[in-house]
Amino acid sequence: MSVKVLTANRLTDGEVVWLGANGEWLEHIDGALIARHAEAVDALEEAGKSAIKSNLVIDVNVIDVEERGTDLYPVRLRERIRQLGPTIRLDLGKQAEKPKAA
Amino acid sequence: MYRYDEFDHAFVSARVEQFKDQVERRLSGELTEEQFRPLRLMNGVYLQLHAYMLRVAVPYGTLSSRQMHKLAHIARRYDRGYGHFTTRQNIQYNWPALKDIPAVLDELASVEMHALQTSGNCIRNVTADHFAGAAADEVGDPRPYAEILRQWSSMHPEFSYLPRKFKIAVTGADRDRAAIQVHDIGLHLKKNEAGELGFAVYVGGGQGRTPMVAKKIRDFLPVEDLLTYTTAIVRVYNLSGRRDNKYKARIKILVHETGTEEITRQIEAEWQAIKETDLKLPQEDVDAIDTYFAPPNLVQRPEGWSGLAAARKADHAFSAWVDQNVTPHKNPDYGVVTISLKPIGGIPGDATDAQMDLVADIAEKFSYDEIRVSHEQNLVLPHVAIADLRIVYDLLLTDGLATANAGLITDIISCPGLDYCALATARSIPVAQRISERFGNPERQADIGELKLKISGCINACGHHHVGHIGILGVEKKGEELYQISLGGSGDEICTIGDITGRGFSSEEIVDAIETIVDRYLEIRTDKEETFLATYRRVGAAPFKDALYSEVANAA
Repeated sequence: MSVKVLTANRLTDGEVVWLGANGEWLEHIDGALIARHAEAVDALEEAGKSAIKSNLVIDVNVIDVEERGTDLYPVRLRERIRQLGPTIRLDLGKQAEKPKAA
Repeated sequence: MYRYDEFDHAFVSARVEQFKDQVERRLSGELTEEQFRPLRLMNGVYLQLHAYMLRVAVPYGTLSSRQMHKLAHIARRYDRGYGHFTTRQNIQYNWPALKDIPAVLDELASVEMHALQTSGNCIRNVTADHFAGAAADEVGDPRPYAEILRQWSSMHPEFSYLPRKFKIAVTGADRDRAAIQVHDIGLHLKKNEAGELGFAVYVGGGQGRTPMVAKKIRDFLPVEDLLTYTTAIVRVYNLSGRRDNKYKARIKILVHETGTEEITRQIEAEWQAIKETDLKLPQEDVDAIDTYFAPPNLVQRPEGWSGLAAARKADHAFSAWVDQNVTPHKNPDYGVVTISLKPIGGIPGDATDAQMDLVADIAEKFSYDEIRVSHEQNLVLPHVAIADLRIVYDLLLTDGLATANAGLITDIISCPGLDYCALATARSIPVAQRISERFGNPERQADIGELKLKISGCINACGHHHVGHIGILGVEKKGEELYQISLGGSGDEICTIGDITGRGFSSEEIVDAIETIVDRYLEIRTDKEETFLATYRRVGAAPFKDALYSEVANAA
């Protein structure tokens, strides 16, 4: 079943980030705050709006992810590529430091 | 080459300072993203999937060694050690931090470069034939006119908020290497019967979701009228181009909806009103710009030919490279060298910092300090003595830059696609890589001959798929990548938009589908001299559709 998380790019350098359960913007999807029902999704959207106002991140979006065991797996290819890095340069992006997810 | 005058220096420096201040205000929170976005776009700064992207203008694709060294330095210091040369003759950096971009722009300004008007609804970087000033078949060098257009269009107050972006391309030979008929304005520099220079003027071409071949609205426009006529065209567009729908806002739609005759009438009427104004180019101004593009004083090197024959005989790979990547120069002692940025299985258009430095060094020693970027995502050394071809080849070989495939099926144009681009709907680079590997055998691709294969990862068509002899468009369908094939497109002087073959192919199927098309071509061509495009124009789509879809039907 798909659930939702909040993702964005960091203002200063464009780094892909996800809103963590601790309220911080995380560089990896693990630990992202998961919304499992409509009210929680609304709360994510609100969090997104306030994050834009606080000028920490840009291009904030709620995305669909699947919970696969302990991993979060973005439903759309676009989001999987954002999560890992370019599929044609495995030495770049987050996958270069964290080759686990596929 | 053109050198900045005081005005250019002051103007570019002022813009760098202005942007530096805007970035500071953004980072401090004084500017919101909504306020900042149009400002960053005016300076070539996009947001892609993984990071910001900086698009740097390479005016009419011409670079000096010093500039190329600077591009290498920027890749090394501020990015991840590479850059991507684009179908707009520009270079894109995929990973710059916003806070570093003002410093990058400072570095660029120090070598007379910038990122202005590489985004936004303005007149974009003017492109030109990448063999300009060197090709044997050239009537006149298009670059002085591209430079005049650059100066005129930079920060043009009337044309800074057009309905949509606006692209101008100029060619100086009958053989169109600049794809002018798929630009908003295409200019073909030619001579009339009296031997005077002027332009055939095309308007309303473009690719994207509504591909159109431009309409010729003037067969001969005297050079002195270049700016008055261009102003008339852009003014008519600015006034009447649609602003209600982004997808119908390009001039091609205006030309199509208004009709060629009526739009020409409007342009001519506007032109009559401004024809004799300050914009009329005095010959001395044209001459002044012309001097910047005076051909280098090429040393006579007649010894090259005898040595070349022996070198070719001794090394088949070198010989194949000369056949494929060296084209005739105006001076018979010289050749124009295409440096392929399409290694077999590589990423089209990418160059590492070390490769950029190497090309800059080679150009300095062996090409009169000149480099060109082609819209086909290759680099060009425009003035290499035939006598130096062997040493240039050997140097290129040291860093994977001597692939002998210019114009062949593995010389693929590909946009960045979903691996980088926020607009993309499918990946294009991995498809290009797999096709390149499938056809990488040198004998096989030489046998197939000239075949321009172009791939876009979305409907915006940055990969020029509409004018590929074989075009591939990647889309997203039901969450999967799907690739649509078109055939028979061409961006040269006989410009055509490709025909879609039918249903699309999955990522797994697409390379086999391309091979099916190529195999069918090999079966039905009259002889080896008949290119893929010529065969397609002779037989049409049917034999290829049969090959593609009857096999699928049979298998089902």
